[in-house]
Order: sequence, then structure tokens, then C-alpha cells
Amino acid sequence: MADTAVDVQHAEHHGHADHHHGPQGLLKYVWSTDHKIIAMQYLFTGMFMAVIGGYMAYVFRMQLAFPGISVPGFGQVSPGEYNSLVTNHGSIMIFWVAMPVLIAAFGNYLIPLMIGADDMVFPRINRLSYQIFLVSAILLLASMFVQGGGFGGAWTAYPPLSAVAEYNQTALGSSMWLVAVALEFVAFLLGGINFITTLMNSRAPGMKAYDIPIVCWMIVIASILFMLSVGPLIAGAVMLLFDQVLGTGFYDPARGGDPILWQHLFWFFGHPEVYVVLLPAIGMTIDVIATFSRKKIFGYKLVLYTTVATGVLSFFVWAHHQFIAGIDPRMANVFTITTLLISVPIAEMCFVIIATLYGGSIRLTTPMLWALAFVAEFLIGGVTGIFLGASGADIYFHDTYFVLAHFHYTFFPIAIIGSFIGFTYWFPKMFGRMMNDTLGKIHFWGTVIPFNFIFIPLFVLGIGGQHRRIYNYQHFPELAGPEMYQLRVIATISLLVMLSFQLVFFYNCITSWISGEKAGKNPWKANTLEWTTESPPPHGNWPADDMPNVYRGAYEYGHPDREEDYWPQNQPS
Amino acid sequence: MNAASAAYPIAERSAPMRREPLIASGVLGMLIFIFTEVMFFAGLISAHAIVRSQVAGQLWPPYGQPRLPVEQTAINSLALLVSGVVLAFAWFAYKREPAAARIPLLLSILLGAVFVGFQGMEWMAMLAEGLTIQSSTYGGFFYLIIGAHAIHAVGALAALAWAFYKLEHTELTASQLSTVSTFWYFVVLVWPILYVKVYL
Repeated sequence: MADTAVDVQHAEHHGHADHHHGPQGLLKYVWSTDHKIIAMQYLFTGMFMAVIGGYMAYVFRMQLAFPGISVPGFGQVSPGEYNSLVTNHGSIMIFWVAMPVLIAAFGNYLIPLMIGADDMVFPRINRLSYQIFLVSAILLLASMFVQGGGFGGAWTAYPPLSAVAEYNQTALGSSMWLVAVALEFVAFLLGGINFITTLMNSRAPGMKAYDIPIVCWMIVIASILFMLSVGPLIAGAVMLLFDQVLGTGFYDPARGGDPILWQHLFWFFGHPEVYVVLLPAIGMTIDVIATFSRKKIFGYKLVLYTTVATGVLSFFVWAHHQFIAGIDPRMANVFTITTLLISVPIAEMCFVIIATLYGGSIRLTTPMLWALAFVAEFLIGGVTGIFLGASGADIYFHDTYFVLAHFHYTFFPIAIIGSFIGFTYWFPKMFGRMMNDTLGKIHFWGTVIPFNFIFIPLFVLGIGGQHRRIYNYQHFPELAGPEMYQLRVIATISLLVMLSFQLVFFYNCITSWISGEKAGKNPWKANTLEWTTESPPPHGNWPADDMPNVYRGAYEYGHPDREEDYWPQNQPS
Repeated sequence: MNAASAAYPIAERSAPMRREPLIASGVLGMLIFIFTEVMFFAGLISAHAIVRSQVAGQLWPPYGQPRLPVEQTAINSLALLVSGVVLAFAWFAYKREPAAARIPLLLSILLGAVFVGFQGMEWMAMLAEGLTIQSSTYGGFFYLIIGAHAIHAVGALAALAWAFYKLEHTELTASQLSTVSTFWYFVVLVWPILYVKVYL
């Protein structure tokens, strides 16, 4: 085995040398195998898709609050367009924003830098991963402009609606959507292989398992969950594509198939997927909280074991999405129990965060504000999940806006707040300049306050019986009263406020990038290895003859024997 | 500064050293990929089992559908299994002397190709007997699962052929050979499970 390892290292160095003489100029950025450039490609593609997803939310929220108006920037929304917008908003925000930004962008950027490696283990597979991802994104966007319009059968794509073109009216759009999702999975499959292998085999000398920063562990555990759960969904997606294109009957009960089968295959992936995107976000939260509390994480190993427990449990909760799909009530009871159990490890993580804050020397920088907001908002999402996890309560709540508000209270902290935690915290490392803190705080409050004003009214509407995926509530007299419209209007106006505050963020990004204060190597006085190199790091991350060694864990803040309150991992003493 | 205070003890640590990876990166990456593939086939097999269990009267194959060639395929499966064993011999030969791996590697590829070729002929026969992907879920699952395996087999054979080409030019490294072989072992070992589930 020893000689094979040498071979691999050899090949790696060889590839590296090639790259130095590789493409120059603009081509350097589109054809690079450098993990930092690939991370940027993922980050900017994800941000671009987030803008499109936000635009879609704007259009359909306007239709819901003011049915039938001509939406500025879009025009009148037809029922088919409404379905397509809702479906693609969900797909984009989960598969083309949360996944690429949280896992692919931050995973690519942080893992090699934080473990002291010069690049990923398989740099060319890494490049291929982004290229496939880009094709999938283009395919998805193109699917909205083909004949019949984009797929409108919800992001869960339940058959028979998704399988039969006479029902969904978007023969080409649904197939393109399905292929785009499948390609996106292939891209993350390749990325995930890289993350796991790199963390296992490329750590700096001296870095033991418990010295790895939590965020790296979280991204890698998330990748393992993704690897284990995505297979059945790919199998199901192939069967659905065959039903659409080749005329098979896998999901057609009239021909011996079973439509519920898709729901099982989809949610067997779909529920671990929630934790796939949650874990990186919570990892970044914990890292940021430790840095700005100037305090060691309370219970590093506890967090790690808890994460593994969450991962294992997440494979046994999927049928809580199907309580009213006609599954056996005894099975529903089992899944109620596992669903309520999974709140235990997540609650433990919240307690760890609170215990880390306790007695710390807290600095309320912009990333810290985002991290605190993550905990507060995610808590609301978690607590409302208890109602939905209990099969009895779910019979009433199923497919109402209560569900919608619940998962936005989990996914918004994960995908949006989580991305802002990472972006504002590592911006100085990525671009070498500090972000403007005042503008950052304006953007923070301008995002978090309207967010609550969007979704708290939707909880109330959901309890009032408002069903999801309805184009125009005027057709339902019991849902068309003025008090319900007031709540819808509040939600929509809050969305407009929140979206307009994102302009502050983009302005801040651009001006800070051009003329922000120089960041230096370690502006936050943090311990982890990425802060020991230049900002932005050069190709290869450190000089080849001066790669870092690791002498201690990642969270030695406020050590009583030291004059400074931090102790970088690479300092011998 | 090195003296650890009593309230905050620091465990003694050995000096940082570069570790040898437990599993070489190429093989580890391939193993992770294979875990995903195992779950992919598990998804197909469980879908098959669920649909099969719901057939009225447990009539499988359904009325009017031909029976699969159980015996011929059993014999054909032997070619695949032997190919896997021969590839193991190729690995041991390579460890002794790289050039010695030529014959067993080539034999392994040929046996694999024989398996895929006979499977293809079997498909033609089944199509002629009226079993198509649209004719029933029985036919659909047959072509889907066995076809998925065939695509993997063809891909793995191409990888083995690439390894053979590299070996001819004395460029093949041990990690490349073990990475490619790992994938072929997966294709060989998953087959008996598929055979039992789909054919029997």
C-alpha cells in the first residue's frame, strides 16, 4: 500500500507542475483546477441563481397578494407560469443555491486551506464537477423558455403529474428539469468524492481527527450523507425519465406501477438532503461563534458525535413527508418517533452554541450577527417542525402555508443566512480586503427583520387553512376574506423590502472589493490554518517549502498562559 | 509560556509528522463512488421488489410475458465471476513483475467482453419474444436493471482496456491498476445479487 500512496502523491505533484505552465489570462479563470478559483465559480454561479430565485419569489408573491395584476418586470402571471415559477423557485434555491454555495463553494475554498493542503486530491475531477454543474444550471434556465414552458409539478415532482405530459402540459420542460437535476447530482457526487478523500488523506502533518475545524467535518459528513442518499433518487429519476420519454409504466398504477414508490425514493434522498445543507451552515455558525466569543467551543467532540448521530437518524425519517399519502398508520407512528428524536441532536448543537457564548468576550461583528441570527431563526424553524413531525397534527397541517413557513424558517437560515455568515467571515481571505461593517449591519437588519415579517403571517395563514400551490385564492371563498388578504399583502411587502436591502449587499461587495481596507493575513485573529497564509492565498496556498504543521486543536482562544487571546494551530509554542 | 496551567492542561503531543494515508487516494475515491453505486442499485432493486410484491396473484412474470433465460444466464454469469478472479491474479502478478500482469489482465477483459456480448444476444432474443421495456413493469425493470449493470460493465471494461494500454507502454502505476480493478470487482460482485433478484 505504501508504494501506491507515493504514486498518487507523485501524480499529484506532476499535475500541479503542469498547471503552473497552464492557460493564462482569462482562460486561467474558466479552465483552472485551483480549488479557490473553482470555489469562486461555484459561489458566483450560486449567487446568480439566487438572484433569479429571488426574482421568481417576487413575481409569485405579487400574484398572491394582488391577484391578476400585471407584475412590474414580468407582466400578467398565467396559472401555468405560476406553477412553473413556484416549482423552479424551490428547485433553484435548494439545488442551485444552497448546495453550490454552502457545500461546493465553501467546501472547495475552506477544506484545503483549513487542513493545510495545497489543493484538492483530484483537481481535474473538481473542475469537471463545476463544468457539469454549469451545464445543469444552463439546462434548467433553458427549460423555462421551451414550448409549453418550464416544469410546474412542484420541486418534489410527484407522479403521475410529473410523468404524464397530458397532465402537466410541459412535455419538454419536465424532462429538461429532470435531466438538469440529475446532472447537478453528478456534479456534487464528483465534488463530494473530492472533499471526503482530501480530508482523509491530505491533512497537514500533525493534524489529528480532533484538530480539524468543525466546519470541515460538517461539510465532509454532509458529503457522506449525500453520497449515501443520492443513489436511490438517481434510480428513481431514471425511472421517471423513462416514464416520460420511453413510455414505461413504473409509476403508473394502471400498468402495474406504483406512484407512491417515487415518494419513497425521493424522500429517502430528500430528507437527508435537508441535513446535507444544514450541516455546513451550522458548522460555519459554530466556527464564527467560537472566534467572536474568543472562547473554545463548548464540547467539540459532542458536536462531532452529535453530527454523526444526526446523519444516521436522518435516514430513518423520510416518510414523515408522506403521512397523508396513504401509508400504514403504524409505520407513521414509527416515523413520528424518529422525527421527534432527530430534534435532540440539533437541540444539543444549539445548547453547545449557547454554552460557547456564555462567559465569552463577544464581538458583534457582521459575521457574528449573522451567526446569532442563524441560531435564533433556525430555532423557530425547528420548533414548528415538531407539529409537523407528529402524524396526528400533520394531517391538518399537511400542504398548508404552515409547512411552507416552517421550512422557510429552516431553509432561509441555512441557505441565505448561512451563506452570509460564510461570505462575510471569509470575504477578507477571499478578496484580501475588509467589508464595510456599517453597510454590513444595515444589510443584516434589513434582511432579518423583513424575513420574519414575511413568514410569521404565513404561519397564521397556514393555521387558518390556506393551502399551498394555489394560483388565485379568490376562487376559494373561505380563503378570500380581507383579513387573509391583509396578511398576504404584509408578507409580499416585506419581501419587497428584503429584496431591496440586498442592493446594499451588492454595493458593499463591489466597493469593498475595489477599495476596502486591506485585510492582512489574519484580520479576525482566528486560529485556523487559512488565516496563516496571504489574503487572497496564492496558487498552492502556502510556499511549497513552508507548508504548515499543526500543533493543537482549532479553538484555543483565551488560553490563560498566553498574552494574546488566540493561539494559531501552526505555532509550535 | 510552555508550562500548562493546572486549570487548562495541555496533553503532550508528538511532533508533527506526515502520515501515510490509510487507503490510497485513488482507491478511496473509487470506494466512495462505489458506495453511491451500491445505493443506486439498492434503489432499483427495492423499487423492483415493491412493484413485484403488489402484482395481483403474485403472477411473475405477468400473464403473456416470456420467461427470462435463467439457465443460459447462470452459465454466462460464470464468465463474469471467473473474470473477476483472473483480475485478482493479474494484481498479484503485477506486484511481482508488472509485465507478468499482461496475460491475466487481457484474459479478464476478454471474459468480461464475452459476458456483455452474450447478454446483448439474450436481449435480442427477448425482444424477439415480445418482452420490451413498455410491455410491462416486468420488462421495464428487466431492461432498466440489467441495462444499468451492462452500462457499468462496458464502462469498467473500457477502464480495464485503458489500464492494459498503459501496461503495454509500461506506464501503469499500482494505484491506477488497483483503482480500476476496484470498479470491476464491484461490477462482478453486484451481478449475483441482480441475477437472484431479477431472474429468479
